[in-house]
Amino acid sequence: MKPIKVTKIAWLALVKNKIRSLLTMLGIIIGVAAVIIMIAISAGTEKSIQEAITGLGSNLIYVQASMGAARMGPGMQSSGGGLVYDDAFAIAEQINGVAGVVVEQTSTQNVKAGDTILENITIMGTTADFPSVRDMEIASGRYFTQDEIDRTKPIAVLGSNLAEEMFGETDPYGQTITVGDSVRLTVVGVFEEKGMVGEVDYDSRFYTPITIVLEKLTNNPFARFLGDRVRLIYVEVDESIGENSERTLDDVIYQIEFLLAKRHEVTLEEPDFTITTQQDIITTQESTTAAFRSLLAWVAGVSLVVGGIGIMNIMLVSVTERTREIGIRQSVGATPSDIRWQFLTEALLLSLVGGLIGVVAGIVGSWIFGQASGMRTVIVASSVLLAFGSAAIVGVFFGYYPANQAAQLDPIEALRYE
Amino acid sequence: MKKSKVIIDGKNLVKVYQMGDFEVRALNGASIQVQEGEFMAIMGPSGSGKSTLMNVLGCLMSPTSGEYFLDGEDVSELNKVELARIRNQKLGFIFQNYNLLARTSAFQNVILPLFYNRASLLTEEEQQEKAAQILEAVGLGDRIYHEPQELSGGQQQRVSIARALVNDPVLVLADEPTGNLDSRSGAEIMALLKDLHRKGTTIVMVTHDPEIAAYTDRTIHLLDGKVAREVKNGKEHA
Repeated sequence: MKPIKVTKIAWLALVKNKIRSLLTMLGIIIGVAAVIIMIAISAGTEKSIQEAITGLGSNLIYVQASMGAARMGPGMQSSGGGLVYDDAFAIAEQINGVAGVVVEQTSTQNVKAGDTILENITIMGTTADFPSVRDMEIASGRYFTQDEIDRTKPIAVLGSNLAEEMFGETDPYGQTITVGDSVRLTVVGVFEEKGMVGEVDYDSRFYTPITIVLEKLTNNPFARFLGDRVRLIYVEVDESIGENSERTLDDVIYQIEFLLAKRHEVTLEEPDFTITTQQDIITTQESTTAAFRSLLAWVAGVSLVVGGIGIMNIMLVSVTERTREIGIRQSVGATPSDIRWQFLTEALLLSLVGGLIGVVAGIVGSWIFGQASGMRTVIVASSVLLAFGSAAIVGVFFGYYPANQAAQLDPIEALRYE
Repeated sequence: MKKSKVIIDGKNLVKVYQMGDFEVRALNGASIQVQEGEFMAIMGPSGSGKSTLMNVLGCLMSPTSGEYFLDGEDVSELNKVELARIRNQKLGFIFQNYNLLARTSAFQNVILPLFYNRASLLTEEEQQEKAAQILEAVGLGDRIYHEPQELSGGQQQRVSIARALVNDPVLVLADEPTGNLDSRSGAEIMALLKDLHRKGTTIVMVTHDPEIAAYTDRTIHLLDGKVAREVKNGKEHA
C-alpha cells in the first residue's frame, strides 16, 4: 500500500478517538517540552555566566599566589614566596604586550557614613588600571591615580548600590565614610552599575587605593609579617596579542612566569604562583554547565521514554480493543504488513503530532518560565531537533511491538473477537 | 447448457485442530465444486464443519490437507500475504453480523477493500466513484455518509454486500447473511443476492434455514466434516 494511504488510514483511526489520541500524546508533549525548556534554561544560564566572565574584560590573565608552594617557613624573607605588590609593577614595566595590571586586595569591614552603619562591607583595594581592565565606568566624580595610591591617600570610589544605600539622593562626592573605628575616607567618585559578575556584586562594594587596604585595613595578625603580599594580580594583555599575531598569549604567559620565577627565586617547575587565563575560566565554566545541561537533558530524556511507554501502553490496549477491526481489515485483504504499518504509522503520527505540540509548548513554556522566574532562557535549535527526533524514534520504537502484535493476529480469531 | 468455468474446486479437504492431546477433524475429506455463476448453499448441523469449510473456502485459513483451487489457482498452500491478496482480489465476504468498521461511514467501509488492492488500476477519484456507485446499486445512494450505528440491520448488510462487491470478486461468500435480520429485511437481502446472482455473481452461502437455502440453485449438506448429500433445484441427489 502506498505510504500516503497508510497515513490516511492511520490518521482516520486517530481522529476517530480524539480524546484517547490526545491523552496518549500527552506523555510525548510533556517529554518534548521538558527537553526544550530544560536545555533552554541551562543554555540561558551558561550564556549569562559566559557574558559575566567576558564582562570582566577579555584578554585577562590571572596571576595567583599558590600558598602550597610558597615557602613560608621561619627565617624566610618576605620576598621569598607568594606574590607581592611590586610584582605587578615589574610585570607592567618589563613585559611586552601588557595593556594594564591590576592588583586587588579585599577587606571586609563595618562602614559608617553619616548616621548609616553598614555591616560587613567589602572594601576592595586596587590599582590605577582597575577601571579599564575590569570595564568599569565612572558615573560621577573620578577614579584615583597611581600617585594617590603611592601616597596612600584616604579616598574611595563607591559602587552604585552602595552609594545609594549610604547617601540616597545626596551627592556622595566629598562625603566622608568611616571604615572600622578610625579609618576615614573621602568619596571622590561613583561607578556606573556593573551588575553581578559570577558571585561577585561589584555594585555593593567600594574601592580604595590598594595601599590603604594593605597598610591600614588588614586586620590579619600576620599582616606585618605578610607585608605587601597580594593574593591576585590581573594582567590585561594588549589586544594585538592573539592567535593570529606573531606573539601569542602563551608567549606573554611564559614571560610573566619567567619574570616572577626570577624575582621569587623559584624554579619554573615549582613556582609559588599559578597563571590562569580568562579562557581557562570560561572552559571550566563551560564544562560545569555542560555537565548540568546533560544532566537536565537526561532527566528530560527519561520523561520522553516514559511518554513512549505511554504510547506503547495505549497502542497495546488499542490493538486488543480493535481486534475486530483488524479482523475486518484482514478479511478484505489487509496483509500482516498492511496492519503493522497502520499501527506503526499511528504510533508515529501520535509521537510526531505530540512532538510538534511539545515543541510549541516547549518554546512558549521557556518564554513563560523565563518571564516568571527571571532566569534567562535561550531556545537552542539543536534541542528542538533533538527533542522532536527523539519523539519520532520513541514512537517507532514503542509502536513496533503493538503493531507487530496486531499484524500477527489470526483473521478468524480476530473476526470472532467480541 | 453452456459449459462454465469452475470457480471452487476443493478435493478431500481436511482441517485438523489440535486441542491439547486430542485432535478435532473439523473437515474430514470434504470435496466441493462450484461453477461460475452458481448460487449455492451449505447447510448442516452445528459441528458439521460449515464454518471451517467457509473459512477454508474464504482463504482465511489453509486446509491441513487436500487441494483447493480457486478460480484455477492452487490456494491450499499459500502464505498469509498471498492469502490476503486472494481475499482482497477474488473474494467478497458477507457476514452474519455485518462486520463493518464502527464509526466509519458506509462509503469508507465500502472503499476499504480498494485501499488494500495493489492490483487496482483505478485512480483515487475512480475508486470513490465506484464505491458510491455500488452503494447506489444496493439501494443506499442516499445514505453513503451514514455510519453503521445510524443504519438498520438490513441497511448495514447492504453496506457489507457493497463492500464484498467493490473489488469485482470471482466469488462472494455469505455466512448466514440473514441470521440477524427480521424476515422482511432478510427477504430483501435475499432478493438482492438473487439479483446479483442473476447478473452473474457466483455466491456460496452458509445457512441453517431451509427457506433461505431455497433461494439457491443447489444445497450441499455437511455432516461430520464431509459432504453428506446434495440437493439440486429442490430435487434430492444421493
